[in-house]
Amino acid sequence: MTTEPILTVKNLSVVFPDNNGGLRALDDLSFEVHPRDFICFLGPSGSGKTTLLRIIASLLKPTTGEVNFIHNQRPEIGMVFQQSNLMPWRTVMDNIKLPLELENMDESAARIKAQEMIELVGLNGFEDSWPRDLSGGMAQRVAIARALIHDPDLLLLDEPFGSLDAITREHMWVELSRIWQAKQKTVIMVTHSINESLFLADKVLVLTQRPGKIKFELEVDLPRPRKDDIRYSPHFGKLARKLREAIE
Amino acid sequence: MDINPLQVFHPSAKRNRLWLNLLSLGLGLLCWQVTSVFSGVEVFILPSPLAVWSRFMVAVQDGSLFRDIGVTFSEVVLGLVVGVIVATVLGYSVAKSRPLEQVLSPYLVASQAIPVVAIAPLLVLWFGYGMLSKVLICALIVFFPVLINTIVGIRAVPQAFYDLMKSLRASRKQILTKVEIPAALPIFLGGLRIGATLSVIGAVVGELIGSKYGLGNLINRARVGYDMPMVYVAVFMLVFLALGLYGIVAQVEKRLLAWQEQK
Ligand SMILES: Nc1ncnc2c1ncn2[C@@H]1O[C@H](COP(=O)(O)OP(=O)(O)OP(=O)(O)O)[C@@H](O)[C@H]1O
Ligand SMILES: [Mg+2]
Repeated sequence: MTTEPILTVKNLSVVFPDNNGGLRALDDLSFEVHPRDFICFLGPSGSGKTTLLRIIASLLKPTTGEVNFIHNQRPEIGMVFQQSNLMPWRTVMDNIKLPLELENMDESAARIKAQEMIELVGLNGFEDSWPRDLSGGMAQRVAIARALIHDPDLLLLDEPFGSLDAITREHMWVELSRIWQAKQKTVIMVTHSINESLFLADKVLVLTQRPGKIKFELEVDLPRPRKDDIRYSPHFGKLARKLREAIE
Repeated sequence: MDINPLQVFHPSAKRNRLWLNLLSLGLGLLCWQVTSVFSGVEVFILPSPLAVWSRFMVAVQDGSLFRDIGVTFSEVVLGLVVGVIVATVLGYSVAKSRPLEQVLSPYLVASQAIPVVAIAPLLVLWFGYGMLSKVLICALIVFFPVLINTIVGIRAVPQAFYDLMKSLRASRKQILTKVEIPAALPIFLGGLRIGATLSVIGAVVGELIGSKYGLGNLINRARVGYDMPMVYVAVFMLVFLALGLYGIVAQVEKRLLAWQEQK
């Protein structure tokens, strides 16, 4: 791609203070993200994936290294957390329109937009449900709708489907892929599923076990739009094998 | 949350068991009546429930009861309001600032370690026989449970909600109103429920020590005048006052916490 990167990370390291000299979570990461990229970090548990997203979202400061955004300003971010992170005291509708409330958008306009998002993620009829009454998959869909509603420039997805069963998860891949194509967002996603990263991403970066370090990069040249059966194509299998070997 | 305080001991008790409560109360009253009539205990020691009831009717008709109820009620509510406001503001500040906690914690612990009942005479001495001293006693007694529950409630707000709000560039005020208050509310209201009943105790203690009006004062007056049924009337009024306040808080909980799982 020839566009200017929306995000540039240089020599990023994160060390958490602990009792014996600090716990190194991320070690010397450098990468660029361009507008409309779908980048996926693939790494085992504890490789610092969540930490990386929290750094990008400016929730955490790097110990050393730099995180620079285009125009030196953090863009609007939509974040989907490892757990759905819905507010139990808000209905589905009210959870989804939270980002608009924070922008002080007019209530009726916010409801209309939230209704559109509810339709996009296929939750019609559940507007007034409490989070406690949702299944894991429905809750994650609410979280995705909430992350998209304010039309952010950058989506950060932290194992968004980790808590779902295999069938629901694969269904959600197709949904996310469709939403991504429709909305043309820049996405940074972290996961520990090889299939998930290949199905969704343009580029997969493999992280090592703690401390997280980029040890392999893979351009995913599978055609889009990707459908369910792409996972059974020989090329998909070849790429999956490459990633598998990189991890081991 | 159940509003019938008789059911708090056994939350699974259902509304359709209400008749059991009533039956039990009726039997209790009957035992009391029978004991006081047939046991030969002096009426002065144990007046019968009927005697208490007729004394109640007299006091209602001549209006004297309402003044005392009004005074005690005002003290209890004012004390509750003052105690809750101070405890909430302080509790929030302490929960958000470790240094402040370090500075204040000796006083906060002391405020709990000193039995309010023991310093109530001092407060009456300093602030007089009027309502002010009672309001302060109520506020003090309410203070601690509300403070602790506010601190615990705010500290229990999951980090993930802060992350979410900050990723959306929420302001401090938005974080307060949209996350901290609703998240801490269940625990806070638990403290308020305890505080409401404690406040009644505070007012009575203050009034018994020294006062012009109020149900505690009425107990003293009636006792000195050998008007035992009136003592019982005053005690029952206090019970109803405490139950009423408890019921109001429980109702508020039910309204505000509808999102919580119903048991
Ligand atoms: N706030 C923190 N303070 C101290 N240590 C932390 C903190 N956050 C994360 N860590 C540590 O940093 C390491 C990386 O954690 P992180 O949550 O980023 O991993 P992850 O790749 O997201 O793992 P998982 O796949 O299990 O979610 C872990 O060893 C974790 O214990
Ligand atoms: Mg994680």
